[in-house]
Amino acid sequence: MSARFAPGDRVRVREWFPPGHVRTPYYVRGKRGEIERICGTFNNPERLAYNRPDDPKVLYRVRFMQTEVWGRAERSSDTIDIEIYEHWLEPEQ
Amino acid sequence: MSHPHHPEHHLPSTYHEKLTAAVIELLAEKKVLPPEKIRAAIDAMDARGPNLGAKVVARAWVDPEFKKRLLADGSKACAELGIDVGSLKLLVVENTPQAHNVIVCTLCSCYPKMLLGIPPAWYKSKSYRSRTAREPRKVLHEFGLDVDDKVAVRVHDSTADMRYLVLPIRPSGTEGWSEEKLAELITRDSMIGVAQANEPTAV
Repeated sequence: MSARFAPGDRVRVREWFPPGHVRTPYYVRGKRGEIERICGTFNNPERLAYNRPDDPKVLYRVRFMQTEVWGRAERSSDTIDIEIYEHWLEPEQ
Repeated sequence: MSHPHHPEHHLPSTYHEKLTAAVIELLAEKKVLPPEKIRAAIDAMDARGPNLGAKVVARAWVDPEFKKRLLADGSKACAELGIDVGSLKLLVVENTPQAHNVIVCTLCSCYPKMLLGIPPAWYKSKSYRSRTAREPRKVLHEFGLDVDDKVAVRVHDSTADMRYLVLPIRPSGTEGWSEEKLAELITRDSMIGVAQANEPTAV
């Protein structure tokens, strides 16, 4: 599958609250980060969890500054990297 | 699964416990999944432990080319050592003088079982899972690890299809050591990122 984003791209996580088996943590929704790497293509867990392995998605690791996620950080250098599927990401405006 | 409000030995009482017991009995009765296979799977799971992860780290410490391959594709590099990491992808993150890595799974308790075995109870605790994301330095301090202000802390939340292993910094004073001797310095906690590898004096 071709990836929409490349390492270094700035992205924002969708502020979206669908029910079901969602692997995007609440604390990062609506937050801005940077693509750290492309992990590959995996079945969308939101369908796989219901025995529907029919929806492959590109998975990224996105690096967020702790300050962006929490509004504060123990040190401004600190980060948190999270795996996020492509349909949860949009380009940062 | 143990529930604090139930005695340790009890008959299934909740709906889901009854359902689980019924499914297990049916699978055995219909010979879909006989008990000896379940037993064998548990044995195989118990046989894995941090010694496997330590073997991988020790090799990376002595062989820079292997380290490059390990950081590029963890699963493939482990296969070179005869370690099968299964269908999940292993991602190895390297500690450096500039950055310290620590692993957490905030959604559940994803853990590199194929290299470290069964996770410790604290790794699955709500306290570790929620606090490591938000105040990693404080959590690390409670493990006895104070990360220098000049070193960035990188938290990795294991939310999806990757599993993580920290490649700790090789302690000084270990020049010329064999892989076997080095492996003794590499603890489970140092590969989760809540500790450094042991100093040579500890062996």
